[in-house]
Amino acid sequence: MRVEVKLDAKGKGYRQLNSEVRQALEAGATQILLDGVNGHYYLGAGLRGNQRLVVNGTPGNDTACYLDGPEMVIYGNAQDGLGNTMNNGRVIVHGGAGDVLGYGMRGGELFIRDSIGYRGGIHMKEFKEKCPVIVIGKSAGSFLGEYMAGGRIVLLGLDSPEGQIIGRHCGSGMHGGCMYIRDTVDRDLLSPDIMNVPLSKSDEAFIRMCVSRYGEYFGLAVEQLPAGSFLKLVPRGNRPYARLYAGV
Amino acid sequence: MAISMRTAPYRVHRDPDRCIQCQVCVRQCANGVHRWDDEEAEVVSEDRECVNCHRCVVYCPTGALTISRSPLDYAANANWRKPDIDQIYLQSETGGTLLTGMGNNRPYPVYWDHLLLNASQVTNPSIDPLREPVELKTLLGRKPDSLELKKGTLAEPVPPQLELEVPVMFSAMSFGSISLNAQKALARAAIDLGIYWNCGEGGLHPEMDPYTGRVIVQVASGRFGVNMDYLNAGAAIEIKIGQGAKPGIGGHLPGEKVGPEVSVTRMIPVGSDAISPAPHHDIYSIEDLRQLIYSLKEATEYRKPVGVKIAAVHNVAAIASGSVRAGADYLAIDGFRGGTGAAPLRIRDNVGIPIELALAAVDSRLRAEGIRNQVSLVVAGSIRNSADVVKAIALGADAVYIGTAALISLGCHMCQKCYRGKCNWGIATTDAYLSKRLNPEIGARRAANLIQAWKHEIKEMLGGMGINAIESLRGNRLALRGVNLTSRELDILQVKAAGE
Repeated sequence: MRVEVKLDAKGKGYRQLNSEVRQALEAGATQILLDGVNGHYYLGAGLRGNQRLVVNGTPGNDTACYLDGPEMVIYGNAQDGLGNTMNNGRVIVHGGAGDVLGYGMRGGELFIRDSIGYRGGIHMKEFKEKCPVIVIGKSAGSFLGEYMAGGRIVLLGLDSPEGQIIGRHCGSGMHGGCMYIRDTVDRDLLSPDIMNVPLSKSDEAFIRMCVSRYGEYFGLAVEQLPAGSFLKLVPRGNRPYARLYAGV
Repeated sequence: MAISMRTAPYRVHRDPDRCIQCQVCVRQCANGVHRWDDEEAEVVSEDRECVNCHRCVVYCPTGALTISRSPLDYAANANWRKPDIDQIYLQSETGGTLLTGMGNNRPYPVYWDHLLLNASQVTNPSIDPLREPVELKTLLGRKPDSLELKKGTLAEPVPPQLELEVPVMFSAMSFGSISLNAQKALARAAIDLGIYWNCGEGGLHPEMDPYTGRVIVQVASGRFGVNMDYLNAGAAIEIKIGQGAKPGIGGHLPGEKVGPEVSVTRMIPVGSDAISPAPHHDIYSIEDLRQLIYSLKEATEYRKPVGVKIAAVHNVAAIASGSVRAGADYLAIDGFRGGTGAAPLRIRDNVGIPIELALAAVDSRLRAEGIRNQVSLVVAGSIRNSADVVKAIALGADAVYIGTAALISLGCHMCQKCYRGKCNWGIATTDAYLSKRLNPEIGARRAANLIQAWKHEIKEMLGGMGINAIESLRGNRLALRGVNLTSRELDILQVKAAGE
């Protein structure tokens, strides 16, 4: 049974708003519409289940932190720390996102329509069937995938035919997982810790799936989206510092 | 293969009259020091591999083995000591960053040993804890500025607190840095004692589920094992910013130690390095620290204390003040003698400041700012005995963390080779064969014995001062006098010189 609850964030602090969200979910809401959101921290923090949160406005930092199941749809821009240490669920952002997107993410999906800031997807993890996925429509700042230990990042590079779609030090310290980046990038921006390897059939299928879902979420026809070439960036090894030390 | 210029640091002596060739030593040594020689039909030993952990010595049924430091030294030189020369040989052979285990072993001053406790004589009676109660119960967490009563009950709930029967806790040691059996031993002891253990940054192994009522869970820069089950399991959550043995740097659990069990706990593939970056990349300021503290409080609905662990560094007092204002319910401060499973040698031996000075500076600063009640102080690195605990509390601590002392109670012999993962005592290893050597039941009893003994000693020291509750000693620096300290050091400690 679908139970929709509407909450107005206007004039409320984040603590009150989050408390009202939790109460509504405990009372059986399956979908919550949040209006007037303006910089409220921690929306969705640690929520579990399969409910849906629709956010109208600009949620604050650490939105969807520790999220464990629900789907959040944000009609606006997300700020820093979206999906911090997220475990499961999905966040769809009709706009851009700030720095440290998906830090230490362990599972679930982030779909960002536009661009993201620095240090996207750093220290993402992956274990057995849990494999977090980040799909970014336009471009990403420096240190994308830094210290990445697992998961998938797909960077579509839309609206950036000539420009650079990544910043510097992409993939530095990366020791697991994989990044698919639309091939318009200057190779000097890639960390020496990673390498470009040919796409397999399953890689191509995965990228196609991400592209078509991106189109579906953001109302774009698949024909408008790139089918062209992607780099597949993987770490050179899972032991980046194996020879760093000498025991005394 | 070129000859190594490094020579064996230890010598293994086998008394041929006592040795019965039973080969216990061969089976006990994971470093391969002892082996059976088929041709000679006897056990032989290779000095070079010996780490002086005494496992073979303790287990030899006839007492045939002793280990001594090698008498071999270089020409006498007060500047170029043996380790200085050996370390250059090692680095020129390997090109490696020097790695070591356990806490700083250099001869820096230990301020605990320059502080003396008071006792009652004539003017106020001392208390005998064998006949009168002496209260050690300690509550860790934010204390409100004031309490408001409405019709005889509290108008506002008191912020969440950790309740300790003794002001001592087992400090953060992850599964991976120590064995699961070592973690179980400490966890059981913590439950028996009414104190807390800290699972470190390694996540919680499913076999630790029975012990979660008394666990402090850590959230560090690698965010290993952090999910809602983990956060909900903790009695408190601790954000690890730094560690006394290696301030300013992160942690690398080498792939060799990431076996199937560690893999499950940390949620990374077998054999992969587990890398914790030096900073939390979502914390570049006090405001950002506040953001992480409150994200954890929000996710756990403000039901449990959230603490922050920092290393004792030069401007620790200002950092502590900022952390309290950022919302930390307790602050753990780890001094530069604190232990570790692995740290770069140069960092361990040269970075950070002694906990005694850091504690005094932090307590003084928080009191001067009028915010001391907003936070509990837990100090570590290193607390070696019950007198250190009492002195720490008199200097202003609410409780202490012990790591090294707890491991020694389980059988650690301080060989400082934890990073190798071959601990013969079954402590700093994830090898199933070696881990089995540590029985968690026996280990729990030993660790609990240690704290029970300290508990009584603390009561005796308190009683001797005429104090019947540890609360009355907290920050009471008049209970301390300094010996052999400069007036500047006494100023920082806010302690009078002996005789004053």
